[in-house]
Amino acid sequence: MTAFDPVLRKREAAEVNAANPGPAEARTVSHLHPAGSFDVDSHLLPSGREEVWRFTPLDRVEALLKDPPAGVIEITGDGLGPLPTLAIGQTPRGTVLTPTDRAAALASAHTAAAAHVLIPAGQRLEEPLRLSLRAADPEAVVTGHLVIEAGPGSQAVIVLHHTGAARYLGNVEVSVGDEARVTVVSLQDWDHTAVHLGQHEARVGRRGEYRHIAVSLGGDLIRLQNNVSYAGSGGAAQLFGVYFADAGQHIEHRLFVDHNHPKGTSLVDYRGALQGQHARSVWVGDVLIRPEAKGIDTYESNKNLVLSEGCRADAVPNLEIETGEIQGAGHSASTGRFDEEQLFYLRSRGLDEAAARRLVVRGFFAQLVARIGVSDVEEALMAKIDRELDQAERSRPLKGA
Amino acid sequence: MTTTDSGLVITDLHVSVETEAGPKPILKGVDLAIRPGQIHAIMGPNGSGKSTLAYSLAGHPKYTITGGSVALDGLELAGLSPDARAKAGLFLAMQYPVEVPGVSVANFLRTAKTALGGAAPSLRSWVKEVDAALGRLQLDSEFSSRSVNEGFSGGEKKRHEIVQLELLNPKYAILDETDSGLDIDALRIVAEGVNRYAAQGDRGVLLITHYTRILRYIEPDFVHVFVDGRIAEEGGRELADQLEENGYEKYVKAAAAS
Repeated sequence: MTAFDPVLRKREAAEVNAANPGPAEARTVSHLHPAGSFDVDSHLLPSGREEVWRFTPLDRVEALLKDPPAGVIEITGDGLGPLPTLAIGQTPRGTVLTPTDRAAALASAHTAAAAHVLIPAGQRLEEPLRLSLRAADPEAVVTGHLVIEAGPGSQAVIVLHHTGAARYLGNVEVSVGDEARVTVVSLQDWDHTAVHLGQHEARVGRRGEYRHIAVSLGGDLIRLQNNVSYAGSGGAAQLFGVYFADAGQHIEHRLFVDHNHPKGTSLVDYRGALQGQHARSVWVGDVLIRPEAKGIDTYESNKNLVLSEGCRADAVPNLEIETGEIQGAGHSASTGRFDEEQLFYLRSRGLDEAAARRLVVRGFFAQLVARIGVSDVEEALMAKIDRELDQAERSRPLKGA
Repeated sequence: MTTTDSGLVITDLHVSVETEAGPKPILKGVDLAIRPGQIHAIMGPNGSGKSTLAYSLAGHPKYTITGGSVALDGLELAGLSPDARAKAGLFLAMQYPVEVPGVSVANFLRTAKTALGGAAPSLRSWVKEVDAALGRLQLDSEFSSRSVNEGFSGGEKKRHEIVQLELLNPKYAILDETDSGLDIDALRIVAEGVNRYAAQGDRGVLLITHYTRILRYIEPDFVHVFVDGRIAEEGGRELADQLEENGYEKYVKAAAAS
């Protein structure tokens, strides 16, 4: 078993960087996705008319976007000392993630020292690396920036556990080296007042495998922009999401998969449940297949289960295809209530209505969680979902829709 | 409750189904008493209301009992929820068992057993019991880790229904076309499961079928011909043999003429 060593060895870092094209790489602007910029002022305060902000209740995020943030979030790891840091402009920071909105630009500009997690080439972490991101002051706006750098052939599971009462602007950039396998689980387990805006961005090396699992349960408003591109051919990305929006909660996941190399694959599967007055979810899934992305295969899906009246789920899948020479490209989105036949089947076996509904919702999520492939992460997630279902049941029995 | 109450007793049952054009009557006065220890077969042509009978006894929300009564050992079922009926001792093996993605057979069976028994069964003996029941239906123990009915073959779905019948062991079981879509081997396996259940001696079985084939394996005490929402004729085993010979035509014509 290999333990994670947080002490950076610069030589290895340099090795990893060779696999990464630098920030100078010119990006074709897609109509699905704006070109990024590190300059905060180049991202105007949103008015609500912008395509990328039109689903977000701006009154609840304005305070985070207007004034300079007050501090940085605390990032700690189980049994790890202080993580090494990267200053603004210190590679590999900024080589993968260029902010595409004002929130991400603020997070980038105001986090002087980004936490750096380096998995050296060939190293395989047997145990998930757990990082806690915690904020305590419900009024202060804090920022964070995490750089995960997985060297060629390395393997790691990194769990980011967000807790507390934050107003948080947080970026995560992930460089997946050639033939590396990286899983990032981002668990939004905030107190109910928290507001979390952020950009997660990964670049996947040749035949690398990247998995990102966004789990958004607690918080007043969560808006994550999750982007993936490729640094070589044959890279694989799986972007999974699980969310549960309760009364008044706004949970927004925006995905952008940029197929900029041949023979890559991407699979997006986001599932959510909504319950209570003004429970709101937004899912925007954009996939761009560039002319050079020959032989790629992509599928994206969003499913929403609406458990009560007064909820709203928006799902917007977009595909921009610039070459026809691909294996496949598809998407689907559905929003629905309980299936009466399913409930009848379970109730005819003695389960009362609440128990039958609960089993159906649990199964809906379990199907996705089972694909994570890390059993203790799966178990912890199902325990969280069970807790969420307990709370939902207490606050309001899962009654007929 | 007196002993004469024992049984699943259906009296002058009228049932309507909700349609876009309003409620449509399907069952038009069904009388039938299934006593403990008896096997009743209901046979009838497509569209005669056989499945409506099964669903309305189990409490499917699509069907409304508009008249008559259904009593299980003296307890009136009309107006009870499907789960209350199951707790009273009724079981419906469905013609089209429903997929429940992400819920394993093991979890499903245990949840159902817990709901019906009022307490969770002891884990060790329960796992053994489940494996044994799966084995009797010739399903391997890996079957219990699959999602309920998802990706099951037609035969697996029906065998899974009978696994539930054996494990939940209700007082009265309705089998809605459990034989349809089964090959000859699966039919025998399923029929053996029903016979094991019935052999306890104090259980009642209502076997709804379109074909006489399953009656080669399960010996009914009574056979009922079901046409146009009611029972048109009653008899013993010999009635099934006549149907095999002559079909439902004469009953359908008689019903149309009346």
